[in-house]
Amino acid sequence: MTLCQLFLQPDAAYSCISELGELGIVQFRDLNPNVNSFQRKYVNEVRRCEEMERKLRFLETEIKKDELPIYDPEDNPDAPKPREMIDLEATFEKLDHELKEINTNADALLRNFNELTELKHNLTMTQGFFDDAISHPVGVMEDVGGEREMELGGQTTTTAAGMKLGFITGVVPRERMVAFERMLWRVCRGNVFLRQAEIPELIEDPVSGEKLHKTVFVVFFQGEQLKNRVQKICEGFRANIYPCPENPHERRELAMGVMTRLEDLTVVLSQTQDHRQRVLAATSRNLRTWQIKVKKIKAIYHTMNMFNNDVARKCLIAECWAPVSELDRIQLALRKGSEASGGGTVSSVLNRMVTREQPPTHHKLNKFTQGFQNLVDAYGVATYREINPMPFVLITFPFLFAVMFGDAGHGILVTIFALWMVLKERSLKDKWRNQEVWTIFFGGRYIILLMGIFSIYTGIIYNDVFSKSLNIFGSSWRVRFGDDTLAKHDSVMLEPTPYNYTRSGDYRQMFSGTPYPIGLDPVWQLADNKITYTNSVKMKFAIIIGITQMGFGLFLSLWNHLHFNHRHAIYLEFLPQIIFLACIFFYLIILIFYKWTSFDGSKATDAPSLLIHLINMILFSYKTDPPSAAVFYTGQKQFQTFLILLAVLCVPWMLLGKPIYRIVMNKRRANYSTVTNHAAGNDSDVEEQHQEEFHDPAEKRGVVLDADVRDTDTEDMLDDEHSHQQHHQHEVEMSEVWVEQGIHTIEYFLGCISHTASYLRLWALSLAHAQLSEVLWHMILHLGLSMNGYGGAIASFFVFMPWSSLTVFILLLMEGLSAFLHALRLHWVEFQSKFYKGEGYPFVPFSFRLLLDEAPVEA
Amino acid sequence: MEKFAITLIIFTVFWGLIGIVLPFLIPKGQNKRLIQVMLTLTSACCWLFWLCFYLHQWKPLFGPQLKRDNARIIRSLWGSEF
Repeated sequence: MTLCQLFLQPDAAYSCISELGELGIVQFRDLNPNVNSFQRKYVNEVRRCEEMERKLRFLETEIKKDELPIYDPEDNPDAPKPREMIDLEATFEKLDHELKEINTNADALLRNFNELTELKHNLTMTQGFFDDAISHPVGVMEDVGGEREMELGGQTTTTAAGMKLGFITGVVPRERMVAFERMLWRVCRGNVFLRQAEIPELIEDPVSGEKLHKTVFVVFFQGEQLKNRVQKICEGFRANIYPCPENPHERRELAMGVMTRLEDLTVVLSQTQDHRQRVLAATSRNLRTWQIKVKKIKAIYHTMNMFNNDVARKCLIAECWAPVSELDRIQLALRKGSEASGGGTVSSVLNRMVTREQPPTHHKLNKFTQGFQNLVDAYGVATYREINPMPFVLITFPFLFAVMFGDAGHGILVTIFALWMVLKERSLKDKWRNQEVWTIFFGGRYIILLMGIFSIYTGIIYNDVFSKSLNIFGSSWRVRFGDDTLAKHDSVMLEPTPYNYTRSGDYRQMFSGTPYPIGLDPVWQLADNKITYTNSVKMKFAIIIGITQMGFGLFLSLWNHLHFNHRHAIYLEFLPQIIFLACIFFYLIILIFYKWTSFDGSKATDAPSLLIHLINMILFSYKTDPPSAAVFYTGQKQFQTFLILLAVLCVPWMLLGKPIYRIVMNKRRANYSTVTNHAAGNDSDVEEQHQEEFHDPAEKRGVVLDADVRDTDTEDMLDDEHSHQQHHQHEVEMSEVWVEQGIHTIEYFLGCISHTASYLRLWALSLAHAQLSEVLWHMILHLGLSMNGYGGAIASFFVFMPWSSLTVFILLLMEGLSAFLHALRLHWVEFQSKFYKGEGYPFVPFSFRLLLDEAPVEA
Repeated sequence: MEKFAITLIIFTVFWGLIGIVLPFLIPKGQNKRLIQVMLTLTSACCWLFWLCFYLHQWKPLFGPQLKRDNARIIRSLWGSEF
């Protein structure tokens, strides 16, 4: 990883950045951190891009409203040239304008249409009223047969007696009808006559646009005052009033006119809709491409905003981190970009810079390793250049998961699920993108696949398939009790010693002497003391694998020290750590193996209890009382005392070693620099000062071109030891060193013991899983399977549903999540604390692919 | 005793082939180192796991405790001879 400076011609800058974006291996640094985003150079371009995005979003909502499909492009289009941006802007503006026009027109037409519909109903209904009034001369109208005067807008009816009756017709929502009627009655004191008829179909209200049931009404009144009141009430209830001519002839004419207008309007409306569909269909074909292009343009201008505009040299200066191995490709991309923009003779220049800043950490990953790297990075990104635990976590994490999960049947189910996700990768990649739970499972598909495969293996070793055991090779145990013994006792224990160790003749061999070849013997599944037996082996294995993993972590720290050339750390940190671990815990492992191979059933009562022996070893107490605590090999007491003393010696070795080394180094450096000071005279004083202040601004900006000369000088003066340190050459406070080393020492030594015990969770979780599995069998599946006959068949069918759903939800999902978490913790804390610092920051390159993948697809 | 030794040798050789010999046969490629690490670690973990369970059952300190009915069933199903 190296810090590079790019000198870009302003015309060529855009295409160069575009090429680098496609390449995606360069991380740009912001050279204008103090500048407000509104004061940056390309703020206008960014604004234009955002305006374009807004228009595209509007178009997308319109397309979605009409439920048209949006066509997804196969591959991503390249970023367009700057000139193309103006064309895009014009296109979007035109589309935007057109669509808005269509929308407003459609709205106006629709309103008109609705009003006319209401008028049509109005006319038909009032036709009915007047016909009724003619045929039933009841009510207010005394003499209907008389002449009627006609007044447009006046609407008066004169009866023979000379009383003028006015009327108002209109349409009101059905729900308001009762209130309307009551109001009319109250206000006009019962002096008006109301007739109403419901419109059978739903009508769209012209004002609000929603479909309602409406009622046509006609109100008859006498006199101006009542007319005003009725009008006011109609306004209040937001009833739409329509003029209705009295003359039936004119009414008919009006009705026909309305019908023709309605027909015309329907045609116009459908044509408008068609036009809209056509416009949207044409847009939908290009929408995604445009969106990608605009995103790319915006990204390029954002990046260009981070550059430094050097007025004197008339170019843009950019700073970026890039992997050293990719420098050639970057040069190529720059050349391509310069040529593409026709930059003339001068092409962009890449210049490597030396700096003391810590570069970002970049790991080359593929789709398989990405998931595991995420697991490691979630705890902390690796410090620059330290060992990446991922390749080891790749295997040990699924393995430890499987030790805790340990059921071959469940393992098969998990593997099938993971295989489905892996084999159908392509098609499943973009489905359900906004379901977070699914994306988590899909992102971890390779992890789950490995977890499943290892679970099948550990399930075979535990001999546990849905809580049942398989007897493939024949058990090593036989029952050789006679009927009389069996009749006398409720339960019998088989003889574990494979040879006659008793003096008597009623020894019967029940154990063949050869263990079951793969895994746990199937006889244990039926034994009452199965748990006691498996506890022992699972706990021992957990300790063995835990100490092995911690030792492995220590050797990784050795590798780190060798890489960074910290020779002192090897002797002052690694050696005490490994010796302590070896003296106590490797010795424990050796004891475990010794006990496994030396003590058999004949000496069962004398077999040493390793836990008691460990405790006694630390407490220096060597009793002979219970035979399990007595020494079991000659020289045990002396050897163990020696080991303990050696281990105890490691504590001050680690505690004092490094600080003392620091003190010595500081003194040595102080002597050296005073020697040079005296030798060079006054100049070097000034030089030293220059060095200090020179590096501070350089650290902050790192821009200076002439830095190379100075840097190489200082590099030579320091040892290798300090060339990788980040900070200034001042003396670090000694008290800080002491405190830090004290903390590390305590953390390590106490951690050794607590982490070893922590690995026992491998035993605990596998026990819990096995027991849960067995409960599901005994309480649920067994009930169905143990019944006989037809009833048994039906019961088996019904019992399968609760058994399978509980298996999936409790055993696979809940236990799986639990084992995942615990295995992860074991790696993060117990394994990585031995060697991993995790203080780096990730390398986030400027890449179009990353940009476009991250944006979630809107639902 | 011989059967014990033979089984031990078979499994050690099996995992040894996978973990020690096979890594040398991986063709050159971008992922060569990664595959080598994976093979070695897998065989080490799996072999160790198998070994612990095998050794633990070699000289058991106590035998399985069976209920009377289970004992009868096993005796009739598996017989009394090895």
